[in-house]
Amino acid sequence: MSIAIEFDNVGKMYRLGRVGTGTLSHDLNRWWQTSVLGKDDPYLKIGQTNDRTTKGESDYVWALRDISFKVEQGEVLGIIGKNGAGKSTLLKLLSNITTPTTGCIHYNGRIASLLEVGTGFHPEFTGRENIYMNGSIMGMTKQEITRKLDEIVDFAGVERYLDTPVKRYSSGMTVRLGFAVAAFLEPEILVVDEVLTVGDAEFQKKALGKIQDVSQGQGRTVLFVSHNMASVRSLCSRGIVLHNGTQIFNGYANDAVDTYAAQCNVVERNLITENILQKMDYLSDLRISFNGTEQSETTILGNQQTVELRIEGYTSVPVDVAAKVIFKTLSGTPIMSYAEGRCTGILEHLEGHFSFVRHICLPQYHAQGDYLIDICMHKPSVLDYFYAKDCAIVHMQPSDSIHGYALKLSHEGAFSMLSQK
Amino acid sequence: MHEHIITPRHRLLDIDLKGLWRYRDLYVMYIKRDIATKYKQTILGPLWYVVQPLLTTIMYMFVFGRLAGISTDGAPQPLFYFAGILLWNYFSETFNLCSDVFTANAHVFGKVYFPRLVVPLSSATSNLLKMFIQLCLFICIYIYYIITLPAGTLSINWSILLFPFLVLLLAFHAIGWGLIFTSLSTKYRDLKILVQFGIQLFMYATPVVYPLSAAPEKYHDIIALNPLTPIFEAFKYSALSCGSLDWTGLLYSAIFMLIVLFISVVVFSKTERDFMDTV
Repeated sequence: MSIAIEFDNVGKMYRLGRVGTGTLSHDLNRWWQTSVLGKDDPYLKIGQTNDRTTKGESDYVWALRDISFKVEQGEVLGIIGKNGAGKSTLLKLLSNITTPTTGCIHYNGRIASLLEVGTGFHPEFTGRENIYMNGSIMGMTKQEITRKLDEIVDFAGVERYLDTPVKRYSSGMTVRLGFAVAAFLEPEILVVDEVLTVGDAEFQKKALGKIQDVSQGQGRTVLFVSHNMASVRSLCSRGIVLHNGTQIFNGYANDAVDTYAAQCNVVERNLITENILQKMDYLSDLRISFNGTEQSETTILGNQQTVELRIEGYTSVPVDVAAKVIFKTLSGTPIMSYAEGRCTGILEHLEGHFSFVRHICLPQYHAQGDYLIDICMHKPSVLDYFYAKDCAIVHMQPSDSIHGYALKLSHEGAFSMLSQK
Repeated sequence: MHEHIITPRHRLLDIDLKGLWRYRDLYVMYIKRDIATKYKQTILGPLWYVVQPLLTTIMYMFVFGRLAGISTDGAPQPLFYFAGILLWNYFSETFNLCSDVFTANAHVFGKVYFPRLVVPLSSATSNLLKMFIQLCLFICIYIYYIITLPAGTLSINWSILLFPFLVLLLAFHAIGWGLIFTSLSTKYRDLKILVQFGIQLFMYATPVVYPLSAAPEKYHDIIALNPLTPIFEAFKYSALSCGSLDWTGLLYSAIFMLIVLFISVVVFSKTERDFMDTV
């Protein structure tokens, strides 16, 4: 396989704050130092990593730093990371919209970037005229567009409005039209940035399918930025994770998504009780411990069969309660739960100072991985006494298996079924 | 397939001529867009192209002709002012569009790459079409005067053949200056404010509403330094037999234009690489 894109130590620095009177003096100083004295750019050295939450000392930050990776032809590379991680900057560098401060990028073939759909649409132009306008901005020739016009119109589903100015279109229709034009570009490299978040479910499915066709059917390389982990998993073969402008992971897409999810779900509050979202006023002095700890991070060992849930506190009103613990993947999909109230209908009567303890049996073959849990005390279908969402992260170690293979959450799911003896 | 490299470094004169040619359909689309969308949903439509210079001419006849009493060197007032407005409108509108290329198109330039020169070139061309419509009106008025005035008062001489050359000279002056200003104003917005009223004042430094011969002797040389002066004078000479055909002046104007154009392309290609960070 040949290399389609190669990033070699790419960095991009931005100046923070207002561009104003300071600019001229910095420019003059930079020009003096680099052109006249032949030194390095004085402002490049003091750039800092791009952590937007802390105050830095320098006016310059690295939006991207030391990014190096290769993409083979025909691969679909997912780029994920939190807001401000540098994803869009990376795509802008590749699309030639702005240049890197350091390093270089090599690529083979024509690049079409879909950083936005419908770039260059003019509201007064009709749908047909805008297809030509947008297509030629994307680098298609008039002939190419004419040849594909029917397909584009059909894909967008706007036949009836083709000769109506785009300003009369609904926003959904505009997006569909824009994406349709882009979908029929035939570049060797397609760069897609989060454009599918608009449009209805049917169209999103269609658009994702189209991207899949482009990469698998036609052997083109795709770079895909998204916050939708499900589509990254299903579309991409490889992924890189960016964090504050640096690359923290480069590997299989599934593992990249897990890395990102773990990074996002670092439970910042230390105690389980600090994660309580809502609570009845008559409950007080709550202490919750899970697996023997009140901390919001715990490890369940491989040979462990039960896990203890202990809730203590004071209630000024007598209540009948059941407990619920929901285990979720890091991306938030619930996968198993302890729900005594729903399953067995048993409620416990609590008055004054109480201590509520359950020893929850774990499934026999549970999978190794990181889980998020919600803990809730409720009267099923009536009311929640308290609800602690994403209150702890549980590192589940592999359950003992005689064959030496541990089930993994990301591969086999949360737990495994057995056949009838 | 073709190998590309993106690096922080760049050459001094970095014009992507091949790319420009590849995007020729976009150039046509931009021209079409400029013309077709300007007067959409108006009743007069393209008639506005001729209404505007017509009203301006009438106003100039009143202000400069009647109130100020500036001579037109013997040419009929409407023709004299219209001739000036024809060229000046082309220059100032092309310059205005070009001097705003980066800021006005930031939303497009920030999303997709194509050779940025497509936009100023298409603006210059669409204004050319607009000028052509106005030229037709000019010819109509011209014919009217030929018929009504005694024969021989108004005559075209051979130098009218220079007209395409004059327009080209004017176009590249406008593009060159426009590109320099737009490149610098991505960072320093002061220039944009300067341009807005500067271009209005610059009209008075150019023989648009007065003939060069009407200027007092001591200002004569200063006005002649303006590289646009020979262009306006030559046009009025060829069509209205007033003004002067100054070959050295035209040569000066052409050399000036080439220098400005060269500088502008260098500055523009340097700016287009990362103007999105500062615009």
